[in-house]
Amino acid sequence: MGSTASQSSSFVDDRPPLATFMLDFFLAPLSYEFIRNALVVGVFAGVLCPVVGTYLIVQRMALLGDVIAHAVMPGLAIANFLNINLAIGAFISGMLSTFVIQWIRQQSRVKVDAAMALIFSSFFGLGVMLLTTLRTQLDLEDLLFGNILSVTVGDGWRTGAIALVILVLVKLFYKELLFFTFDPLGAQAMGLPVQVINLGLMSGITITLIAGMQAVGVILVIALMIGPAIAAYLLVKELHQMMIVGGILGAIASVSGLYTSYYYDLPSGPAIAIAVFVIFLLTLLFSPTQGILTNHPFKRGIESHTKSG
Amino acid sequence: MLEVQHLSVNYRQTSVLEDIHLVVHPGELVGLIGPNGAGKSTLIQSILGLVPAHQGQVLLDGQPLRRCQHRIAYVPQRSHIDWDYPITAWNVVMMAQTRAAGWFRRPNRDARRTVWAALERVEMLELRHRQIRELSGGQQQRVFLARALAQQADFFFLDEPFTGIDKKTEAVMLRTFTELQAQNKALLVCSHEWGDALRRYDRLLLLNRTLLADDVPDTVMTLENMQRAYSQTPSANGIDRLSEFLVC
Repeated sequence: MGSTASQSSSFVDDRPPLATFMLDFFLAPLSYEFIRNALVVGVFAGVLCPVVGTYLIVQRMALLGDVIAHAVMPGLAIANFLNINLAIGAFISGMLSTFVIQWIRQQSRVKVDAAMALIFSSFFGLGVMLLTTLRTQLDLEDLLFGNILSVTVGDGWRTGAIALVILVLVKLFYKELLFFTFDPLGAQAMGLPVQVINLGLMSGITITLIAGMQAVGVILVIALMIGPAIAAYLLVKELHQMMIVGGILGAIASVSGLYTSYYYDLPSGPAIAIAVFVIFLLTLLFSPTQGILTNHPFKRGIESHTKSG
Repeated sequence: MLEVQHLSVNYRQTSVLEDIHLVVHPGELVGLIGPNGAGKSTLIQSILGLVPAHQGQVLLDGQPLRRCQHRIAYVPQRSHIDWDYPITAWNVVMMAQTRAAGWFRRPNRDARRTVWAALERVEMLELRHRQIRELSGGQQQRVFLARALAQQADFFFLDEPFTGIDKKTEAVMLRTFTELQAQNKALLVCSHEWGDALRRYDRLLLLNRTLLADDVPDTVMTLENMQRAYSQTPSANGIDRLSEFLVC
């Protein structure tokens, strides 16, 4: 009895230091401006990428996101050489890759995955080549893996503005995009301007990729686009829920990745990509409706049996 | 009245449909039959403008169909749809109101009432909050039928609606067809069924690249016509289908 009492009292005594420790854990990194900026960019990109990435997943075009991300490289090099806004060069180059893929598909029997693999590698190759021959000041490693720790306050605002605009557009065109991505033939038969919708969607995806690249780089941005959204896919039953949950998970992944990177002195882009994977793995195992551990086939069998009976 | 005039479709320099001529009157239930690869789906899709036509035109009451797409409802083949898409039955049917609602607007109360009534008519109201992947094949087909109904169209195009469905869905579908006909709506149904089931149609179109027959079922379903349709496809599958047909 006495020992329990002393234990519980010691527990009470321990509390303030624990709370202080937790508070310290979260607040200490915030005293650095570069961490604050990184968190702002990370959260905006973390919310935006999965929302737009949802459209890639439901159209079974996740790899197209990866293609566009790599295909921005020539545009970045040329824009840097001509001294124009890098994002504009990246956008043109990324969109161009989607047109070329479409063109190859229409002109031949080549299947889309093969066309994507070809375009992805050739655009990327061209980009790396241009970066060296045009003697740009761009750092290849920063482009590939991102350098979120070097972003400025301006970058934070810009990412925030892009995220806001794209999210508002998704909201405004939600029902048309839902119809188009679910049943493109049905949408076209009804007279929806499917070509325009598709072009708008591709533009949104490309802009989102460019915004996300700042956080995690060309190679890893697809993780932020796809990972949180497929984790959400295992949790919900409607598209808008997938976007909301995906956005929240994306922000969590960005923040936890950054803190891990700060405390363990790890590169931040890869840390975020791994955080995304951990979140996905957790939902895959523990999703209440579709989790491997929470929804054992045996249990599921009984449920469906009672449902039908 | 729907008129298809001189419709030809090419796919990579190969002629898929040649000089198709057909008319569908209001209140008619027309069946579109033919062997695999005869171009049944392509015909429906080219009528609807989903596949570019090499030549020809499609008129709806004398007007180009492109200008009155709101009068058309289309039920695509089940295989065209990703049934794992995160969406509920209710929201699939709500798509019917996408165009009527207009840009930037959410469907209003009338739209919701229409969707409710359509789901009720196909006996899917209770399952409206289910994700579509949790529905059986027949139930999924009924959701799409409800979507077509909620569009309040005059002309219905259904691509293989009887494939992989249960008895109940078949009954619901046939009842709905009869109701639509009574409301002077026209239906063009592309179908894989054979034998007596074909007698439910007012008229049959026998297709194999060209329109081989266009008449009441008893006239179309002759041995001669079947041989003409199937001899052009040298696939064993066609011959199987033929014998299956003749048994009935």
